[in-house]
Amino acid sequence: MIDPVFLLEAAINGVLLGGVLALLALGLNLIFGVLDVVWIAYVDLVMVCMYLVYFLVMGYGWPVWLGGLAGIGLGVLLGLAVHLLIITPILSSPPVNQLLATGGLLFFIQSFATFLWTTDHRSIRINLPVVEVGGLFLSFARLIAFALSIVAMLGLWVFLRRTFIGTAIRAVAQDRGAMALMGADPQRIYLVTSGVGGAMAGLAAALLSIQYSVHPYFGAAFGPITFMVCVLGGLGNMLGAFIASFVMSEIISLGGVLWSTEMGYVIAFALFIVMMFIRPGGILARRER
Amino acid sequence: MIGRAAAVAVLLALVVAPFVPMGGMRQYVLHVVIQIFIWSFIGGAWSLMGRFGLVSLGHGAFLGVGAYTTTLLWNFYGLTPWLGTLVAMAAAVVLALIVAYPCSRFGIIGHYFALVTLAVGEVVRLLIIAERDWTGGSLGLTLKTAGASGSLLAAQSADKRVFYYAALIVWLIGLWVWVRLDRSMARAAMEAIGEDEVAAASVGVHVARFKLAITALSAALTAFGGVVYAQYITYVNPETLAGIGVSLRIVFAVVLGGMYSWLGPTVGTALTITLQEYLRVKFGLRLIGMAETIYGLLLVVFIIFLPAGIYGSVRALLARRRAPAPATA
Repeated sequence: MIDPVFLLEAAINGVLLGGVLALLALGLNLIFGVLDVVWIAYVDLVMVCMYLVYFLVMGYGWPVWLGGLAGIGLGVLLGLAVHLLIITPILSSPPVNQLLATGGLLFFIQSFATFLWTTDHRSIRINLPVVEVGGLFLSFARLIAFALSIVAMLGLWVFLRRTFIGTAIRAVAQDRGAMALMGADPQRIYLVTSGVGGAMAGLAAALLSIQYSVHPYFGAAFGPITFMVCVLGGLGNMLGAFIASFVMSEIISLGGVLWSTEMGYVIAFALFIVMMFIRPGGILARRER
Repeated sequence: MIGRAAAVAVLLALVVAPFVPMGGMRQYVLHVVIQIFIWSFIGGAWSLMGRFGLVSLGHGAFLGVGAYTTTLLWNFYGLTPWLGTLVAMAAAVVLALIVAYPCSRFGIIGHYFALVTLAVGEVVRLLIIAERDWTGGSLGLTLKTAGASGSLLAAQSADKRVFYYAALIVWLIGLWVWVRLDRSMARAAMEAIGEDEVAAASVGVHVARFKLAITALSAALTAFGGVVYAQYITYVNPETLAGIGVSLRIVFAVVLGGMYSWLGPTVGTALTITLQEYLRVKFGLRLIGMAETIYGLLLVVFIIFLPAGIYGSVRALLARRRAPAPATA
C-alpha cells in the first residue's frame, strides 16, 4: 500500500502541472480549437519565447516582468509570421497539409535551437518567495502562473463571446466562404486570432520561464499533451480545456506514483484516443444524436 | 522504351555496386545505401496510406512493434526471425485494426486521424520504455549474436554485402507492391474515399473495407521494415524505432520526395540520408542539428510550393515537355 502522503503530494503536483497545461492550452485552443488551423509547432513557439525571456533576463539583466512582456511581443510576431508565411498559402488545401507544414516548422525550430543554443537546460535563477498554506509549501511563481492563466482564460472567453471580433472569429471557423460573402475579410480575422494566439504563447512562455528550464526539446515534451488537452476539453471550449488540463495532469501525476511515469502518460494518451472516438466534442459536450 | 532500359541499367548498377572497388570507403557506402533501401521501403509503406489522405503520424508504432517483436522472440525464446517476422507483422496488423476500425467507424479523418495516430505512436514508445525489465527501456536492446560470422537461422551476417542484397530485394518488393496497388481498382476506390467519403460510399465503394485493408497492408509492411532494420543494426531503441521523432522523419522524407509517385519515397529518403551523412562527415560535431534545420525548412517550402514532392514535380515537368501539344480528347 502506498503511503497516502505520497498520493497527496502527487495530487498537488498534478494540480501544478495542470496549471502549466492550462496555460499552454490557452492559445492553442484559440488557433486549433476555434479557428481549426493546426499549429503542430505551437509549444515550440512557446519555447522560442522562453529563450527570449531567458536571454533578456539572464543576459541583459532585464527585470522578469519586462522580459515577459517582450516574450509576449515576440509571441505576437511569431503568430503573425506563422499565419502569413505558412498557413495563408495553404489555407485552401487539406488541413492535413497545415499539419505537415507546421511539422516542418517544428523540426526547424527544434533543430535550429539545438544548433544555436545546444541542448543545455537553461533556467532563470531568481528567488521567489514560497507561500505556506496549511502546512503545504507552494511556490510563488506557480501561484502567479496559476492565477494569471485563470485571468487569461476568462479574458479569452469574454473576448470570444462578448466582442464583435470574437463573434467574427467563431463565424470564420464555421464557414470561411460565407464569411467573405457577408462582406467581412477573413484574412483580417485570421491575423487577429493568430496574433492573440501568439500573445498567449508568449504569456505562457513568460510564466513558464520562471518555473521551468528551457531546452530545445521543451516543445516535444509538452506539445502532444497540449494538443490532447484541447481535444479532450472540446475544441474551442476554454473551460473544458481548463478542466481537461487538470484531469490529464492528475492522471499523469497519480499514475506516475501508483505505477510508473511512463504508464501515467500511457493512460493519459489512451484516454485521449478513446475520448476521440466516443466523445469527439469533449468532456463538456452534450451528446448529440 | 527508354524508361525500361534506364531501369534495367540502374538495377544492374545496383547489383554490381558492392563489387566496385572503393577502397576503405566500401563498408561506409554500403552502410548508407542499405539504410536508404530500408527507409525507402518504410516510406513507401507509409505512402500507401498517405497518398490517399490517411496521414498517419504514428507509423513509429508499427516500426517499433515489428522490431521489438522479433528481437524479443529471438532473445528470450530463440525463435528465428524468419518466423518472428510473421508474428511481428500480424501484431502490427492487429494494432492497426484496433486503431483504424474505430477511426473508420466514428469518422475520424484528416488531421484528427493524424493526431490519434500520433498518440498511438507515443503510447507504443512509452510502453516499450515502461516495460524496461525485458525491453531494456530507453537504453534499448541488443540482439543476441549468433556467432561472429553470423547465421542464416538468426538472419544475421557479418558481411554487409549480404544485407545489401537483402535490402535491395526488400526495396524492390516495396516498389512492386506500390505499383501493383497503383494499377488496381483499389486505387480508384481509395482516391474517391480520400476526396470525399460520403460521395464514395454513395457510388458503392465499401469505404470501411478499403480503409482497413490499406491500413493493415501499410502497417504490415512497416513492421517488416522495422524487422529488417533491427536485424541489420542488431540493436533496437524506443527513440529510433517508435514515437513521434521517427514517425515524423518517415513522413518528412516521403513528402519531400513525393508521396504520389512510386519513386518519390526513395528519392526523398535518399536525399535526407545523404544530406545528413554529408553534414555529419563534413562538419562533424560542429553543426549538430543543422541537417534537421535544413529538412524542416525544406519541408515547409515543399508543402507550400511543391506538394507533389521533388520526384513528382520533376516527372510532371518532363511529362509536360514531352507532350508539347496538349491532347484534345
